[in-house]
Amino acid sequence: MKHVLSVLVENQAGVLNKITGLFARRAFNIESLAVGVTDDESISRITMIVDGGNSAVDQVEKQLNKLVCVIKVREIKEENVVGKELIIIKLNASSKTRGEIKDLCDIMNAKIEDISSTTVTVELADTPARVELFQNMLRPYSILEVARTGLIAVQKGSSFMG
Amino acid sequence: MITGAEAMRRCLEAEGVTTIFGYPGAAIHHFYEELSNVDTIKHILVRQEQNAGHMASGYSRTTGKVGVCLVTSGPGASNLFTAIATAYMDSIPMVAITGQVNSNLLGRDVFQEIDTTGAVAPFIKHSYLIKDANDIPRIFKEAFYIAQSGRPGPVLIDVPVDIQKHMLNFTYPETVNLRGYKPTTEGNAKQIKKVAETISDAERPLLCLGGGVFSADARDLAIRLSEEAGVPVVTTMMGVGALPSAHPMNLGMIGSFGHITANKALNETDLIVIIGARVGDRAFTSSWNVAKKAKTIHIDIDPAEIGKNVSTTIPLVGDIKLVLAKLLEEKPKADCKPWLEILCSAALTEKSKIASARQNTIGPKRLMRELGLQIQEDAIVVADVGQNQIWAARYLNIQNGRFLTTGGLGTMGYSLPAAIGAKIANPDRQTLVICGDGSFQMMFNELSTMAENCLDLKIILVNNHTLGMVCELQRIECYKNFCVTLPANPDFQILASAFGVKSRCIIADEDMAGAIDEMLKHKGPFLLECIVSPDEGTKTMDEVI
Ligand SMILES: Cc1ncc(C[n+]2csc(CCOP(=O)(O)OP(=O)(O)O)c2C)c(N)n1
Repeated sequence: MKHVLSVLVENQAGVLNKITGLFARRAFNIESLAVGVTDDESISRITMIVDGGNSAVDQVEKQLNKLVCVIKVREIKEENVVGKELIIIKLNASSKTRGEIKDLCDIMNAKIEDISSTTVTVELADTPARVELFQNMLRPYSILEVARTGLIAVQKGSSFMG
Repeated sequence: MITGAEAMRRCLEAEGVTTIFGYPGAAIHHFYEELSNVDTIKHILVRQEQNAGHMASGYSRTTGKVGVCLVTSGPGASNLFTAIATAYMDSIPMVAITGQVNSNLLGRDVFQEIDTTGAVAPFIKHSYLIKDANDIPRIFKEAFYIAQSGRPGPVLIDVPVDIQKHMLNFTYPETVNLRGYKPTTEGNAKQIKKVAETISDAERPLLCLGGGVFSADARDLAIRLSEEAGVPVVTTMMGVGALPSAHPMNLGMIGSFGHITANKALNETDLIVIIGARVGDRAFTSSWNVAKKAKTIHIDIDPAEIGKNVSTTIPLVGDIKLVLAKLLEEKPKADCKPWLEILCSAALTEKSKIASARQNTIGPKRLMRELGLQIQEDAIVVADVGQNQIWAARYLNIQNGRFLTTGGLGTMGYSLPAAIGAKIANPDRQTLVICGDGSFQMMFNELSTMAENCLDLKIILVNNHTLGMVCELQRIECYKNFCVTLPANPDFQILASAFGVKSRCIIADEDMAGAIDEMLKHKGPFLLECIVSPDEGTKTMDEVI
């Protein structure tokens, strides 16, 4: 089971180290992790996808809460996620295949960001599932490079963490 | 404006610190110079940094105050790590101050630089690397607060040597403001009611007390709960002494090395109330966990311990002292007479069994029993690790004193330094060390610290010429007897006298009581070496009459 956790942490040196160290030594599985500063510069938000059963995720939350640098932890249930992941893919493209790639981009609402005589670079910001689909669809065109941010998310509706 | 070093000293004074345990070096020497100017803080010079941490632990556990230790960077800090990990596993409040290389040189692998805060992260409650002298007051205030609040534990402050000389305006903050750290202390009132009802409804209830009962200073309340609710008690090793050993409700210690009656109760109970214990695998074995049908109430200050190793029917997060006081107001009363009677009488029988005497060696179980009979009511007994520890935990009677040992990490070499820390804090309390010949040789350098500070410790050296516990393990597994014998032990009598310590060696059962009496009456430190057969075991009950 995948769980989305949103974690507010002190924006200080060494904090990420403490969090990833905790995951490593307690054998928790992180699928993705994205960090960025919030509107309050002293606080960063980490969005992570954790793989595990309910009790494992309960432990993850409790252990995170024990870290003094962690201010708040909240699980965002799948149906409440407002979230996106960004993917950038550079792939081989000749004059023959460029049209097909452009078609795929149009269907998926992706953008062509850069082009050269032998390559195109495309980007898409969408749910992890659609990002996955997009990447799969492009695979036949020989992908040269992929960069993904991991999911960033907040909760739907009026409730907020702060 | 004052220097960083002076600020550090003033912080310690503001926290009421009067004793620190340490070892100097270049990266901390400005602060040592500062300490030399004052007589408000007594510095105890140890002989190896690990022992500074263990002394701080013994000091803390017998005062309820935060123990403080002080070392230099690099090897000084890394020598301390074992003690920090030990304190972490046993939830002992401690502040460790480490010197660090010049802040401009951090990260360049200069002489005696290690990433101290990085290295301790997995086994410390929190740590700080000070990069600006102006942060000293806030960081010290936070460190002491974090160490002793919530689930207690060690906190480290790493202070680069140049920061100790930087100037700052000093005011010590009155409060801390940590938005990421707000431990829950009050138990949820509804849950407390539910706990009381569940205890009253149980047919075969059982309380299990752990080290948290001592951390929360809740011993009296735990005893009252057992007596007023009429529920028998078992303890973990960290909980030994939470009830006097001879208390009729005390069934003894659970676990793979525990008492028979206590384990029987644990297997047969229909409601286990775990109080301040983290359900470690030595106490609650995995086979017990799998077979468990009992309802489980778990009361702990640390929410992460609840449900971590055992599924819980009623979780209750809070400070044990506050929770038990509220729980007693609900007047839980179990109606479990048959259960209680069977267990209490079984425990009484088990406690009154006396192991038979040995020929030409000292029987370790008889030794512990005799010690228990002769020590003072409030004595502090510090047991090391190994067979000696198990024998002490099982057969030595604790009345209203303390039984200290390292339950979580099982660190050999803990007992003598921890006892030194305890004795410094409690000069008037009888303090004993129980150790093996293996562990003694990990720590006897501290006899020098003991002598220097004229500390009256009684050391019972259980000399079986082996690393007994490992030897026993090899025996059980039918393995070869490999790397466990200590044929070239020094002459411990001569060794004791080298440190100016009076000593005696006994090998005959009939000398035991007299020798213990002589040791306890002697004014000043005493080493009592007891020759024990390497074939003695902790698990076998064959010699019990
Ligand atoms: C620092 C450390 N190293 C190794 C061990 C593993 N160990 C546990 S008990 C033991 C033997 C202890 O021997 P001794 O101190 O003579 O005590 P005895 O068991 O004979 O009473 C060993 C090596 C440990 N617990 N701690």
